[in-house]
Amino acid sequence: MSVRTLTIDGVDVAIAADQTILQAARSAGIPIPTLCHLDGVSEVAACRLCLVEITGMQKLVPACVTRVAEGMEVQTQTPKLQDYRRMVVELLFSEGNHVCAICVANGNCDLQDAAIEVGMDHTRFPYQFPDRPVDISHPQFGMDHNRCILCTRCVRVCDEIEGAHVWDVAQRGANCYIVSGMNQPWGAVSACTSCGKCVDACPTGAIFRKGETTGEKERDRAKLNFLVTAREKKEWTR
Amino acid sequence: MDKIKLATVWLAGCSGCHMSFLDLDEWLIELVQWAEIVYSPVGSDRKDYPENVDVCLVEGGVANEDNKTMILNVRQRSKILISFGDCAVTANVPGMRNMLEGSEPVLRRGYSELADNTAQVPDEPGIVPRLLDQVLPVHQVVAVDIFMPGCPPSADRIKATIEPLFRGDRPQMVGRDMIKFG
Ligand code: SF4
Ligand code: SF4
Ligand code: SF4
Ligand code: FES
Repeated sequence: MSVRTLTIDGVDVAIAADQTILQAARSAGIPIPTLCHLDGVSEVAACRLCLVEITGMQKLVPACVTRVAEGMEVQTQTPKLQDYRRMVVELLFSEGNHVCAICVANGNCDLQDAAIEVGMDHTRFPYQFPDRPVDISHPQFGMDHNRCILCTRCVRVCDEIEGAHVWDVAQRGANCYIVSGMNQPWGAVSACTSCGKCVDACPTGAIFRKGETTGEKERDRAKLNFLVTAREKKEWTR
Repeated sequence: MDKIKLATVWLAGCSGCHMSFLDLDEWLIELVQWAEIVYSPVGSDRKDYPENVDVCLVEGGVANEDNKTMILNVRQRSKILISFGDCAVTANVPGMRNMLEGSEPVLRRGYSELADNTAQVPDEPGIVPRLLDQVLPVHQVVAVDIFMPGCPPSADRIKATIEPLFRGDRPQMVGRDMIKFG
């Protein structure tokens, strides 16, 4: 397997040629914030939180889908990147309805963590207060669109790991939302096996287990990783 | 050295942030060595907001005409305005009525549709302040100098935010302990 050497924030990193900048950074212990990335499923580069700068390139590139290259010089924490990242998170908060105080994911939410990581103490953008529904038709789970950041982790985990493809993205731009089945109530989608993988994959409090109240959402991320390694490396015990 | 003139104000909030302020317990005794409480629903009897306030903690979003008049006054008369808690910073729970789009549907929902008996929308100009169309975070109405998220912010967070101000410094609003929402 051929290896590429590059620098990330001045640190020399050597990694297999088919890896992404994100993987290279993580292998070197350099943190890059992410939201749509989920270990074990494909990348979509939807959130733009992982943008990095590469010497000699005009535009910023998402680390999660950009392959490493020989001699690449990557910067992950320039003032420009820090500013854009904070803006991305501020936009996510202002376009949905995030009332952390009464959310199942309070204290256990990747979006909250991202806000802390980028230093967001308020959003500069006017809140949109969109009118979004909550779907509690499924016997075990609920979907609160107010908290959805359209990362599509649920879509990918259900399609790629569970193989049920219950979720999809409907509409475009600001009107985008996640649909179950043929835009049916979740409870009416017979393809759903009630496996709960989307609950584990969802970074926010959008998909949750019924009966969970404020701050009670727990995720078993290790389960998703386990399933992926089990398949890829035939390791069947956890 | 002159004492800092400290005020606290509550707009559309539940008073939880002020309860958390009272959770400062014995540090409140230290606080009054540094600061004079010139206006506060929990620390002063004064009814009108004074001039020349150094630091003001504002709990709650801006939900009605009274809140709006108050916050404009507060901004004019205070040097450092702190958005105190999630309702002030994000509109938070009071802001959930914004999804109903406008004050009229909110009042109808609250006082007519959900009433068991004697349904009546309150209308007493001069006594019951008119609702604004939307509950707004404070910084969407006036300039804010420091943001202190939290529902409520813990006493430790409140202390770490205001203590540096007494020494003429600014607090470092970074990290989980200082800026986590909720
Ligand atoms: S999903 Fe996360 S950011 Fe949104 S309300 Fe819940 S805890 Fe807060
Ligand atoms: S519970 Fe499983 S099958 Fe059902 S939507 Fe979620 S991931 Fe898909
Ligand atoms: S429901 Fe959760 S996992 Fe699915 S797109 Fe929304 S935030 Fe992402
Ligand atoms: S993690 Fe790369 S764009 Fe979301």
